[in-house]
Amino acid sequence: MLSGLLGRKVGMTQVFGPNGAAIPVTVIEAGPCVVTQVRTMAKDGYEAAQIGFGEKKVARETRPMLGHLGHTLPVTQRQRDQQQREGAKARQEARRKAAEKAETTESAGAETAADEAETADAKDKSRQGSRRRRGASQAMGPFQLLREVKLVGGDQPEVGAVVKVDMFSEGEQVDLIGTSKGKGFAGVMKRHGFHGGPRTHGQSDRARRPGSIGPGTTPGRVYKGTRMAGRMGNERVTVKALEIVQADPERNLLVIKGSVPGPNGGIVLIRKSADQLALAARGAAAAAQQRA
Amino acid sequence: MSVAPLVRAVEVENLRERAPHLEPGDTVRVHAKVVEGSRERIQVFEGIIIRLRGEGVNRSFTVRRIAHNVGVERSFLVHSPRIDKVEVVRHNQVRRKNLYYMRGLRGKAARLKERRD
Repeated sequence: MLSGLLGRKVGMTQVFGPNGAAIPVTVIEAGPCVVTQVRTMAKDGYEAAQIGFGEKKVARETRPMLGHLGHTLPVTQRQRDQQQREGAKARQEARRKAAEKAETTESAGAETAADEAETADAKDKSRQGSRRRRGASQAMGPFQLLREVKLVGGDQPEVGAVVKVDMFSEGEQVDLIGTSKGKGFAGVMKRHGFHGGPRTHGQSDRARRPGSIGPGTTPGRVYKGTRMAGRMGNERVTVKALEIVQADPERNLLVIKGSVPGPNGGIVLIRKSADQLALAARGAAAAAQQRA
Repeated sequence: MSVAPLVRAVEVENLRERAPHLEPGDTVRVHAKVVEGSRERIQVFEGIIIRLRGEGVNRSFTVRRIAHNVGVERSFLVHSPRIDKVEVVRHNQVRRKNLYYMRGLRGKAARLKERRD
């Protein structure tokens, strides 16, 4: 079974719990995702499944990716030009031959007949290229995002299999991985939680400054890794062990307690809690040892 | 900001079917459920609504009353299942959405005129 699913953060709201308490929740439109590739121990040295989520136009996708997803590649402009040139050449040739023939046999209709035959042939060729490979249905249409997720439990999924929200149950703990909102060039208070300088007692100009960034003549340099102002946000963030409040496979909805990194509309990876999985694995190993 | 339809869909399941119609300045009796140890009882909080805010499941109101000569304010979520019911005792005539000026008034000055409509 897969351990994760891709989804889109829709927004936040609150729901009422069993005892009437208001619970802050994030609504996520999760899946359906399609398995696009299976990594096996024999071939890749690890076991995982690559899944795709979201729609994308064929014209917007790169040709290598289309190939990976099993599409027949659309004809390029260059190929089309080439075909046209060849077609034109063939028609010219045909006309010349027909003219030669007409000279010898004096039959007038041959020229147009040969012409028509050649054009039909060329058209047929160009149409063939844009057709998708048989078996690669709409379901393997280009995706907005591909991600690999680990496999849990022995069974292996097949390429083309569809995974939905029903892999999760209410009350289960999950990890959420997303890209945080970009904050731009942020100062040291916002970025690292520094306290800033004193704001009273005759101070000026140093309310949000970092203060000292190190010792003096010895070592005579600033240590690497010293926290300073700079770009903040727009990075991968993992939030662990969030509880699933509601899972609705019919509407592809996940309602998760708490906040989730990224803007509304951002893509997030919902993964079965890594800590819980590790714990379960350790428990299983201990049980096996006891039995032995 | 507009709420995404999917978020709205989740909210709807948590809304009270018959939400009371409340307005700023209304004198109300809020029947709130209070859990004391293992027992649950209903406590009535009567006062004037000085604020209404939020929309959907997030809609809330603040009730102000003077108890033992001390101003007390309590906020409630309109759709919270912890509220048994809200009785509107009387509509008062007010000209503002938020009646924060009530905090500076006491005694006779803190009275509101009943609405005639």
